[in-house]
Amino acid sequence: MTTEVGSETEVKEKAEESAAQPDQSEKAREETQEVANAEGEEKEKEKEKEGKEGKGISRYLPTWLKKQKSLQTSPTKEVSSTEEAVNKVTQEEEGPAPEVNGHAEEVEEKEAVKSEQVKEKEAESHSNASADTEPAKEEKVEESAEKSPEVTTEGEGAEEQKKEQEGEVEGVEEGGGGEGQTSIFQSPLRLVRKTKMKLVVCHVNLLDGTDFSCEVEKRAKGQYLFFKVCEHLNLLEKDYFGLTYTDSHEQTCWLDPTKEIKRQIRSNNWQFAFNVKFYPPDPSLLTEDITRYLLCLQLREDVASGRLPCSFVTHALLGSYTLQAEFGDYEPDQPRPHDYISQRTFAPNQNKEMEEKILELHKSHRGMTPAQADTQFLENAKKLSMYGVDLHHAKDSEGVDIMLGVCANGLLVYKDRLRINRFAWPKILKISYKRNNFYIKIRPGETEQFESTVGFKLQNHRSAKRLWKVCVENHSFFRLNAPEPPTKARFLTLGSKFRYSGRTQAQTRVASSLIDRPAPNFERTSSKRISRSLDGAPVISITEAGRDTAENGRELHSDSKVKEADLSPGDAEATPTQSPMRVHGDNIYVRHSNLMLEDHDKTQEEVLKHQASISQLKRSFMEAPPPSPPQPNQWEKRLTSSPATTIRIQQQQVVNEPQTEAATDDNAISDTKEPAKTTEVEIEETVVVQEVSKAPKPGLVTVTISSPVEQETREQEVKVEEKVEVAEEAKAAKQESISSESESEEEAEYHPNVSISISHTQIPEEKEEDEEKEKKEDKTVEHDAPATEAPSLPAEISQPIEATIQEGEESRKVDAGADKKNAEEQNDGERETEESTDDPMITPDEAPNGFTLPEESVTGMAPPEEEEPKMNGEASLVEAEPRPQVICCSEPPVVKTEMVTISDTFAAQKTEIATKEVPIVHTETKTITYEAAQLDGNGDGEPGVLMTAQTITSESLCTTTTTHITKTLKGGLSETRIEKRIVITGDCDIDHDEALAQAIKEAKEQHPDMSVTRVVVHKETELAEEED
Amino acid sequence: MAGLMAGFGHYTHAVVRGIPASLAKEALRSSQAEVDLAKAQREHEAYVEVLGTRLGLEVVELPADESLPDCVFVEDAAVVCGDTALITRPGAESRRRETELMKGALKDLNLNIVEMADENATLDGGDVLFTGREFFVGLSKRTNQRGAEILADAFKDYAVSTVPVLEGLHLKSFCSMGGPGLIVIGSSEPAQKALKIMQQMSDHRYDKLTVPDDLAANCVYMNLPNKGHVLLHCTAEEFPESATVFEKLKDHMLIPVSNMEKVKVDGALTCCSVLINKKANI
Repeated sequence: MTTEVGSETEVKEKAEESAAQPDQSEKAREETQEVANAEGEEKEKEKEKEGKEGKGISRYLPTWLKKQKSLQTSPTKEVSSTEEAVNKVTQEEEGPAPEVNGHAEEVEEKEAVKSEQVKEKEAESHSNASADTEPAKEEKVEESAEKSPEVTTEGEGAEEQKKEQEGEVEGVEEGGGGEGQTSIFQSPLRLVRKTKMKLVVCHVNLLDGTDFSCEVEKRAKGQYLFFKVCEHLNLLEKDYFGLTYTDSHEQTCWLDPTKEIKRQIRSNNWQFAFNVKFYPPDPSLLTEDITRYLLCLQLREDVASGRLPCSFVTHALLGSYTLQAEFGDYEPDQPRPHDYISQRTFAPNQNKEMEEKILELHKSHRGMTPAQADTQFLENAKKLSMYGVDLHHAKDSEGVDIMLGVCANGLLVYKDRLRINRFAWPKILKISYKRNNFYIKIRPGETEQFESTVGFKLQNHRSAKRLWKVCVENHSFFRLNAPEPPTKARFLTLGSKFRYSGRTQAQTRVASSLIDRPAPNFERTSSKRISRSLDGAPVISITEAGRDTAENGRELHSDSKVKEADLSPGDAEATPTQSPMRVHGDNIYVRHSNLMLEDHDKTQEEVLKHQASISQLKRSFMEAPPPSPPQPNQWEKRLTSSPATTIRIQQQQVVNEPQTEAATDDNAISDTKEPAKTTEVEIEETVVVQEVSKAPKPGLVTVTISSPVEQETREQEVKVEEKVEVAEEAKAAKQESISSESESEEEAEYHPNVSISISHTQIPEEKEEDEEKEKKEDKTVEHDAPATEAPSLPAEISQPIEATIQEGEESRKVDAGADKKNAEEQNDGERETEESTDDPMITPDEAPNGFTLPEESVTGMAPPEEEEPKMNGEASLVEAEPRPQVICCSEPPVVKTEMVTISDTFAAQKTEIATKEVPIVHTETKTITYEAAQLDGNGDGEPGVLMTAQTITSESLCTTTTTHITKTLKGGLSETRIEKRIVITGDCDIDHDEALAQAIKEAKEQHPDMSVTRVVVHKETELAEEED
Repeated sequence: MAGLMAGFGHYTHAVVRGIPASLAKEALRSSQAEVDLAKAQREHEAYVEVLGTRLGLEVVELPADESLPDCVFVEDAAVVCGDTALITRPGAESRRRETELMKGALKDLNLNIVEMADENATLDGGDVLFTGREFFVGLSKRTNQRGAEILADAFKDYAVSTVPVLEGLHLKSFCSMGGPGLIVIGSSEPAQKALKIMQQMSDHRYDKLTVPDDLAANCVYMNLPNKGHVLLHCTAEEFPESATVFEKLKDHMLIPVSNMEKVKVDGALTCCSVLINKKANI
C-alpha cells in the first residue's frame, strides 16, 4: 500500500492539470500514464520536498482521491459516503497498484528512487508516529496508510502534521480519514484515542455546502479543528479563513484558534462553519487558485444572501462567471444550464430577466477556464463597496441607528445605506469597549491638536466585545504589515486578553510565497458534474442547500446584530463619562507573544524555516541601502492590495488567561471599573494602535516569527524608535532605522495630512514589539526566561524554547539597541526634549503574572480637548477625558492599576494548558510609589506620542518599556518631552531590587540625561479564578 | 469585457434641453443678476455644438418648456451610471416636472429607470459627484438624506457617502471630476472642507486640482475614443486664473466653454447635460 501511495502523490500533481475528469477510476488510469511521462521532472522535485518534509504520510497520498470522495460523499451524505469510500478505496487500490508497476517500468531510474523514498518516508512516518505518539497511534498510522486515499489529502497536511506531530499526530491522521470517510476509519482511531481522551465529533459546514465532520479531543483548541478543516480542503493559504459557531445568543462568533473549543461554544452543539474571515483586498495576489475558489464560494454566498449588495448588472455578471467556472463554456444544446440557473440562487431578488442576462453573459465567456472565471468573478466582486465589510448594528452618541462596518481599511460608519463617516486604521489610535460602548480614539488631523474619541452604543456588552474583537483582528491582519519588508510587527496593542492570533497579511504573503507544491487538484462544486453531465442537477441542489444553511448562519449574524441595536440616547450620554477612564487606557499594552504567533501552528521545523526565511529577508533588508520611505500611496496600495500580507499574531496564546490578566490590568487601569478584581477585565478591552510616524514609518511590528527573528525584531524595534523620531524630524537617517524596522512596522501613515506628532500612550505588555527599553530589560528578563515551565504539550514546548532563545538573542541585541537608543536620544535632544523620565516599575512578586501598569505612560496621552473629525456630525463623539488619564499618571498610588498580569510568551503557551486550570486573579495589590517632584509635567494631558513600547517577558519576569513623547504647543513654542517607562513585572522569584537596579542602570546608560522620577513597587496577590 | 466600474468617462450620448424664454426672468437664482436670454441661448448652442459636433456624442435634445424655467439644467433631473438611470425628485418644487421628459428620453435609450417615489426625498443631480469608484452626495438645500439613500439603493455597487454642502447651491458648484481619480476643487474654505471630507470618507485616493474660483471647478470630463481625455472647462474670459490652472493638464484635450450667462442662474457646465454610455458595462 505504501508504495502505491507514493506513486499516487505524483498522480495528484498531474491530475490537477486535467480539469475535467471523467471518473475517478479513469482518472487514476490516465493519471498513471501521465505520471509516467511527467514523473521524471516531478520526481526530483518531490524527492527534494520529501526529503525536507518527509514526515507526514498523508503527503504522499493523492489529493484528488480525497476530494473526490468528499465531493461525492457530501452530496449523498453519510450513507452513501461509506459506500463511496469503499468504492474509492477499491478503485484506488486498483488504480495505484498498476501505477506502481507502470512507474517501475517507465520511469526506471527515477521510479526506483521514488520507491526507495517512499519506503523511507513510510519508515519515517512510522518512526515519527511511534516516537511522537504511542503504539496505538502507530496502528492508526498504518491504517491511515492503508486507507491512503483519505490520508492522502494534502501536501499541506504534511506541514501541518508536522506541527501536530509533536503533540497530536493522531489528530492529523484522523483528519485525513475523517474527512470523507469518517465512518470507516474513525472507528479504529476512536478506540485508540478513547483510551486517552474524550472525543467529540465536530461538524463543519464548508463553503461548498458540504459537511465535514471529524473528531477532536474534547479539550482541543480551535486551531486544531481549523487545521483539520484546512487539511481537508487542501488549503494552504488559510489565514484568510476561520471557523464560526453560533453562540447561545444566536450570534455568530469566530472560533478563537488559541482557545479550547469547548470553552468557547459553551454548549454541546459542536457545529461550525468555515468562512472567509479576512477578505483579501486584491484576490489576484493570492498564490493558489484553490484559495481563490474558496473565496469565490464565500462571495457567491454573500451575494446571493444579499449580504454583499450589488446591482442587477453586477449580479448577472457575477452569476455568469460562476456558471463559467462551474459549467464551463455555454452549451446551447444543453438544457441543463437553464435548470441549473433557476435552481441556484445568484441574487436575493433573482428573476427570469436576471437569469436570462446571466446566460447571455455566460455565452460571452467562452473559452475561459474555471480559474480565469473565478479570477474575473473576484475582480468584479472586490470592487463592490461592501466587499469585505463586516457590519454591526450600533447607535451613535445621539441614539441614531447606524451600522459600523469593519474592513481592511478601517472602520466605516453607515446610516442606512449611506456612508456617513470613515475612520481609516491609520487614523485610529485606540479601539476600546466598555460594557456596551465601543470607542475609537482618533488621531488629530493636521489642524487639530488633540485626539478625539468617538463612541458608539451597541446593543449589549457581547456585541461591543464582538465588534471590538473584529476590529482588533482586522487591524492586525491588514494593517500590521510592514510597507517594505514582508516581516512586520504589529503596532497595535490589544488591551484585553484578546488578540489576533493569526498571521498578518504580510506574514501570510511570505508564507504563501514559500508554497512550493504543484497546484492542488480540486474540483469546483458543479464543474465535475457538468463535465460528466450525469448528476449535475442533484449535486448542485445539494450544494445550494449547503450554501443556504451557511447563509442562514450568516444571516443570523446580521440578525443578531440588528437585535443588539437599540440604545437610548441617554445611554449614549453616559458613554462619555465612562470614556474618560478609558482614556487612561491610552496606555498601550503591547503584548506580544511574538514567537508564538506564527509558529503556533507549525512545528518547530517549520517555524525555524519560516524564521530563517524571514530573518533572511530582514538581513537583506537591513543590508540594502536604506529604502526611501515608502510613499503614502504605495503604502496604501500595499495595504489594500496585498491580501497575503497578513501576519497573524497569535493573540490567543497571549490571550490565554495569563495574558488576559495582563490585559485586564491595563483595562482596569484605564477603566474605573472594579479594578480590584481581574474579572472585570473582559469588560473593557482596549486596543491601542500605535502608528509611529506617518508615511515612511516602518511598523514596529511584533514579529512573531522565530527566535532569530526576535532578535532582529528587537533590533528593529529599537530602530523603530529611532525611526519615529526620525520620521518626525524627517531625516534621511531614518532610512536605516526604517529598513531595519520595516519588518516590525506597524503602520505607516500614509496620510500626508496627518500632523507629525501623534500622541500615543501605549502600554506594552509583552514582547518584542516594544522597543529599546525592553532590550535593556530583556537582559534581566532573559535570566528568568529559563524558568519557563515545560508546556504540557509537546507542540507548545517548542515555542517556549524558542522564546527563551529569543530572549537570549535579545540580550545581545540589547547592546545594539542601546546604541540605537542613544541615537534616538540624540534625536530627542534635538527635539528639545524637556524631560525624560524613566520609571522603572517593579512589581515584585507574589503575583506570578503581576504586571506593571502602563497607566503611567498613559498619562501623557490624555488629550485635553477632543477634536472630532465627524464628518456629518453623525459620528458621536465621546469626550475623551484627559483628566482621568492625568490622574492615572500623576497619581502615584495609581494602584488602580489593574493588575496586569503579563503572561510571558511562555506563560501564554503554558497558559493554554495550565492557565485554564489555574486562572490567576489578583486580588490584592500594594503599590509603593516614589515619585520625583519633576513628574507633574506628565499630567498636562498633552497629546503624547508613544514612541516605543517594549515588553519583554520571561516566565517570571516581564519588562515593559514605554517611550512616550509629548509635544506641547504653547504660544508657538513646541516642547517635546520624552518619557520612558520601564516596568518590570515578575513572579515571586524575582529579585526586584536587582532587576530595578539593572533597569535603572541600563536606562541611565542609554539616556544619561534622563532622570528617574518615579519608582513604583507594586505587589499583587493572586487569587485563582477562571476567566473565560 | 467591461467589468464593473470600467471606463470612467466613456460616453456615447448626451441629453440636453433647450433654454426657455422664461429662464431670464423666472429661473431660480441665488443672485439678482440680469440674464441676457439671447446670449444664454448662444452659449448653450455652443455647448451642444461641442458635445455633438466636436466630440461626436449622440445628442438628444429635449424641447424647452416655458413652464419650467430651469429645465435647461437637465443634470438635476437624472443621475445615470452604467445602464441605470435614477430619475430624481428635484429639491425645488418648481422643477419637479422637469423629470418627465427626461424620464421618457432615458427610457428610449433603454436605460433601467429607477424613480424616486418617496415624497420625503429630494435630490438634485448637481449634488451627485460620481468619481468612477463611488458616489458623493452633497446634502444641500436641494438634496436630503432620504434622496441620497435612494440613490444608494439604485447604485448598489458603489459606496455612497454624504457630504454636507454648507455654501453654494450644489456639491458640484465647487467641484467635479477632471479625470479618473482627479477631483477639481475650488479653493474656498467650504470647498476645501468638503474635499477633506470626501477624502476621509473614501477608500480610494484622489488627486486634486485646485482652482482659484469655485465656479470654475465645475467642468465636464470625458474619455472618448480617439480623443482620450477631454475636459470642458471655463473660459479664460470668465476665470482667467482658473483657466490657467486647467492648462496645466497636458494630457487632456481642453475645450474652454463659455458659461457667462447661465452661471447667473446657478448653472454650471455639468448642469446642462446628462451624459450616457450606452455601451456601458456589459
